[in-house]
Amino acid sequence: MPTTLRSGAEVLVDVLHQEGVEYIFGIPGGAAIPIYDALVDSPIKLILNRHEQGATHMADGYARSTGRPGVVVVTSGPGATNTITGILTAQMDSVPLVVITGQASTNVLGLDAFQEADVSGVSFSIVKHSYLIKRAEDIPRIVREAFHLSRTGRPGVVLIDVPKDISSRMIEPNFSEAFHLPGYIIPKEGDLDRIEEAAGLLAHARRPVLIVGHGAVISGAEKAVTYLAEKLQIPVMNTLLGKGCFPETHELSLGMPGMHGTAYANKALAACDLVLSIGSRWDDRITGKVSDFCKNAVKIHIDIDPSEINKIIQVDCAIIGDARYVVEAISAIAERGDTGEWLKQVAKWKRDYPLKYKKEGKLKVQHVIDTMYKLTGGDAIVVTDVGQHQMWAAQFFPVVKRYRWLSSGGAGTMGYGMPAALGAQFAHPDELVIAFVGDGGFQMTQSELATAVIHKLPVKIVIANNHYLGMVRQWQAMFFDNRLSGVELEGNPNFVKLAEAYGCKGFRIKRPADVRRILQAALDYSEGPCIIDVEVEKEDDVYPMIPAGATLDEMMLEPPKINMQGK
Amino acid sequence: MNGNGKKHAISLYVANKPGVLIRVSLVFARRGYNIDSLVVSGAHDPAYSQMNIEATGDEKTLDQILKQLNKLVDVVHARDNTGEDVIAREFALIKVNCPPEVRSEVLQVAHAFDAETVDLSEDTITLQISGESHKIDSIHTVFSKYGVIEMVRSGKIIIARGTRSTS
Ligand SMILES: Cc1ncc(C[n+]2csc(CCOP(=O)(O)OP(=O)(O)O)c2C)c(N)n1
Ligand SMILES: [Mg+2]
Repeated sequence: MPTTLRSGAEVLVDVLHQEGVEYIFGIPGGAAIPIYDALVDSPIKLILNRHEQGATHMADGYARSTGRPGVVVVTSGPGATNTITGILTAQMDSVPLVVITGQASTNVLGLDAFQEADVSGVSFSIVKHSYLIKRAEDIPRIVREAFHLSRTGRPGVVLIDVPKDISSRMIEPNFSEAFHLPGYIIPKEGDLDRIEEAAGLLAHARRPVLIVGHGAVISGAEKAVTYLAEKLQIPVMNTLLGKGCFPETHELSLGMPGMHGTAYANKALAACDLVLSIGSRWDDRITGKVSDFCKNAVKIHIDIDPSEINKIIQVDCAIIGDARYVVEAISAIAERGDTGEWLKQVAKWKRDYPLKYKKEGKLKVQHVIDTMYKLTGGDAIVVTDVGQHQMWAAQFFPVVKRYRWLSSGGAGTMGYGMPAALGAQFAHPDELVIAFVGDGGFQMTQSELATAVIHKLPVKIVIANNHYLGMVRQWQAMFFDNRLSGVELEGNPNFVKLAEAYGCKGFRIKRPADVRRILQAALDYSEGPCIIDVEVEKEDDVYPMIPAGATLDEMMLEPPKINMQGK
Repeated sequence: MNGNGKKHAISLYVANKPGVLIRVSLVFARRGYNIDSLVVSGAHDPAYSQMNIEATGDEKTLDQILKQLNKLVDVVHARDNTGEDVIAREFALIKVNCPPEVRSEVLQVAHAFDAETVDLSEDTITLQISGESHKIDSIHTVFSKYGVIEMVRSGKIIIARGTRSTS
């Protein structure tokens, strides 16, 4: 027998190593044992999770904070289906993940074998691409293709289903077989005519705005966007996932527009005469009522994905390409228009309608987030879960650099925050990682606390404990006559004791006067993870707010005096 | 979403791999677009397949569907040939009620349509026909006078005219 024979699983792990994989997240099982066996002799670090959803979010946190694909290896059947929520979460936000699932052996596929799940069939519409490996010899090419697909163009999730007989088969691997991706094109430069057209439109605009989204972050367009904004003197807003592409502390920044965006961003959006979207996809949380969105403004859209063009908003000028290259090309030729009056107006809105909250009275989530921002000088990787606390974090924690804001936008997945924060901390052992989570969402994946403790990850987990599924309670209060239904979280555990049960440090904040001191103590604690259970006002609402499907003019800055039912 | 649109003749050139058909049909299904007919066959190069799809719906949705089809990794290209200079044909087998009293009449009609008899029983005749889809529609209408027992259509296949290649 030639000595070059290796098992399919060993070959798979070899390629993962060649692809630069540092960490694998997952849980083993029958169909994945050959792969886990191969990991024993590999330099890749294996992180054993407590639930495959947690593994997938952790890989996602790793990916969002580095731009490199996160890798998950799980077993077949329930192991594979447990990754589905994490796959959706990553795919919706264009996050590169490679999810490797064990599978029943090829001779029993489709026969309801033990722990067989047609995971490709289940996931077709929520992945960028997927493979079921039928020949062990294909492993090197397929795995390399998977990494290439996941991280290039518009990144996304690639799933590789590996039957157990394939991972066990002995083969002589060929690591240099070429890709076979004839239908895969990666746009880059953008059409020059359209770029010139965009530059011309920008020069003629009197009240232009830029919206930067996740595409701009992924493309590494920060410098290009900042240069364009400064050269042409145009205010910039960022979507929830666009945080970090343009410094939110910059005087031209308007922060986030949309449903819970800043009043000044929404006012600027309602009044602008040109909007240039850079890698953002006109999500309904930003546009509100689509037919009324920026009705009289010229719309320009830069996107790497042609299917985003004219999908929601009919645009006047579309440029398909990589945001960084396109923005650089535009700013090289664009001349500054006459935006002086507009900048004055926008600055006035910023002064007149600042984000605010009360520091007296009951303890507010905003107070905690704002204090965290001030204590850290903003120098942290911030990860959120989904709900009211997420919107407050977006409002009160300005971000200045890319890869330092991780939040589930497209899917809005509760349970994302804590595991994703651990993934970010694995990738950046020397940086401060803060997770802002709700009491509801935290409990969906809290078992990953074990992972944090085992690896002594010094993540600060701030639980905004309002004893409610707060965001849903807010909608019920505003639009359903306060008929609360299924939102009260009775039976929350004592989170400090829960932390201690895991061997994790626990802090608790109950009064506004203690916020600073206890947060500082938590920041100073460096032995491992800590939970900061913050007992906040139970019934606070997020403002500003534009009700779903309403127009930008219908923004509410504070609780309405009238009943909003039927809106 | 359907109903208010016209018929589109879409052709795709795809990698000949398992799962391609599901990925393609999911794009239609997600937007609630009904597929009226679908033909898949091996392309000249065995690494690829050709797909011809007929679907009914509005332009804007179709535009989005084409973009999403082209986005699929295994789709080399997808395009709408409606209104383009293409040759479109369909093939059908039609079984008509044909007792001896009407047999010669039926055969005459069949002859007029260039239909070929492929099976004959005491009371039925089965014919093979090909042509543009509307020709097949009218054959069906004409034979319904005698009673069409069943008709199976291949779905439309398309090829570009002249030297241009089809997609
Ligand atoms: C997995 C999942 N289930 C349900 C929802 C719907 N949902 C959105 S926000 C929210 C409430 C979140 O409550 P909590 O985690 O306590 O955060 P809060 O809003 O109170 O800050 C719910 C249930 C969701 N986004 N994700
Ligand atoms: Mg809550």
